Amino acid sequence: MTAALDHAPASAPAAPARRPQRTGRGRPARWPAVLYLGPGMLGFAVFIVVPLAASLVISVFDWPLLGSPRFVGLENYRYMLAGDPAFWRSLLNTLIFAVLYTAVNLAVALGLSYWLMNLGGRWAAFFRVLFFIPVVTPMIGNALVFRLLLDDDGVVNALLAHLGITGPQWLNTAGWAMISLVMMSLWQGMGYNIIVLGAGISGISPTVLEASRIDGAGPVNRFVRVVFPMLSPTIFFCTIMTVIGAFKVFAQPYALTEGGPGNATNTLVLHLYRNGFSFDRLGYASALAWALFVIVMLITAVQFSQQKRWVSYDS
Amino acid sequence: MTADVTARRAAPAPRRRGIRPGRLISRILICVVGLAFAFPFLWMLATSLKPTDEVFATGTSPLGSRLEWSNYLTAWTAIPFARILVNSFLIALVGAAITVTVSVLSAYAFTRFAFRGRATLFGAFLATMVLPQEVLIIPLYLMMQELGLVNSYPALILPFAFGAFGTFLIRQFLLSLPADYEEAATIDGAGRLRTLVSIIVPLLRAPISVVFVFAFIEYWASFLWPLIIVNDSWMATVPIGLQMFSGERGTDWGPLMAAVTLVVLPSLLIVVLLQKQLQQGVSMGGFGGR
Repeated sequence: MTAALDHAPASAPAAPARRPQRTGRGRPARWPAVLYLGPGMLGFAVFIVVPLAASLVISVFDWPLLGSPRFVGLENYRYMLAGDPAFWRSLLNTLIFAVLYTAVNLAVALGLSYWLMNLGGRWAAFFRVLFFIPVVTPMIGNALVFRLLLDDDGVVNALLAHLGITGPQWLNTAGWAMISLVMMSLWQGMGYNIIVLGAGISGISPTVLEASRIDGAGPVNRFVRVVFPMLSPTIFFCTIMTVIGAFKVFAQPYALTEGGPGNATNTLVLHLYRNGFSFDRLGYASALAWALFVIVMLITAVQFSQQKRWVSYDS
Repeated sequence: MTADVTARRAAPAPRRRGIRPGRLISRILICVVGLAFAFPFLWMLATSLKPTDEVFATGTSPLGSRLEWSNYLTAWTAIPFARILVNSFLIALVGAAITVTVSVLSAYAFTRFAFRGRATLFGAFLATMVLPQEVLIIPLYLMMQELGLVNSYPALILPFAFGAFGTFLIRQFLLSLPADYEEAATIDGAGRLRTLVSIIVPLLRAPISVVFVFAFIEYWASFLWPLIIVNDSWMATVPIGLQMFSGERGTDWGPLMAAVTLVVLPSLLIVVLLQKQLQQGVSMGGFGGR
């Protein structure tokens, strides 16, 4: 899996087996390697490896924010699977969100980046920047704007009323709240994939496209037969990252719907955050964190195992 | 005669300028899409200048009865806005600088030194690219609490400066860079570190700027971790300041949208300033351009 990720997005050649390096002065070579690797690997150990292991340890404790932890064995996991209905609800919500968000995001981003490529030049550059703006503006600001737009008396419903449609309570009915969450997240996050896919598309050799045009392929045919296969490694990379991003969704439900109404838009990470920092259950929150970790790893592994079916690495 | 002149003037134009009707329709359509996409921002701007009691009463009209500029003053003074902006810029700058430095050093070590377990170590390191950072926040919080670093700059910066992405991207470039340059310089007597700084780093300007830009944006937009680790407005970053403001006056839409506008503007500036790196960067090999 790692090797595949290492290779997938790269156009650079695979690492050549380097010969043992020469210092030219006969000094032992191992020393400097440690010096250069030191800062990175120390940070990696302290801020990634140790916390990852620690969260597994914490997950078998009843661990309050203040006060002393108490060992409870697998109780947190038992509670998660059998005692906490909000866990299953937030897992289901996260899955629904991930599927909707990833599918629409990739389809629209792919369509838009192909469209922008056909427009070309300054037009493409301008719109790529426009679509990227919400990626950088803080999520909480975007959510506040959408709360304003989607208010029961907000401008979206006012516009719908002009068309004679009575708009729904976007943020206060279960189904619409999820749709609002997905819509806002798409608006927020799509620009990233548009840029990445756009870069991939612009890397496709113009002569290949020209050749298919001369062969009489229309834009749709050209897309299906030429652009999509040649772009498949980039699409694969985007899918992996978008799915992972979707499983981590937090700020959007936190700020837009507060997980509501009820638990209708509660997500795994929001549930984790609340258990850890509102309900004072760090142990249980860590168990949730490990559930998230395992689920994300499994789904990523499945995607990697499926990539042979549709991703082609030969140009 | 007139028709003749018109025809002569008009005829060659379309062919040379290449504006076919299809292309014109395409351009008009993308403008419509772009306008719809920008609508939330436009509406935010319009609302930021409305008196709060008219925000919903005005329906689809972008303007209220008067332009309420004082909303901006309210927003600016309700939270220490200047301080918060400085916090965010500082954290993003320092965080991105650390990320780049560490990434260059690690990538250099992973490509230019042979040592036992190199492939395994790099593999394990790289695998954490798909590890959700959310999994780590509870131990990280306890760690910061233990170190007395809750609500501090180091706590906001350090935990996320050691990801694998930067090392991965820069390593890709180093692999395609022949080692001859450096070997020549080393033989000339320049130390390794000097060779790295004066010869290799300039050649890596492109991937370095990409790593810097993406790290900067990640720090700038980060929400969950600051939400946990910051506990007063003096240490707040932009998203947290906004969160605090909306927590206090969640339905005071005029000043609230003024605050969001004040936050969107520097973000807009960042995108415009860094667009070259963003657009070229991804095509350089890191994200699968081919």
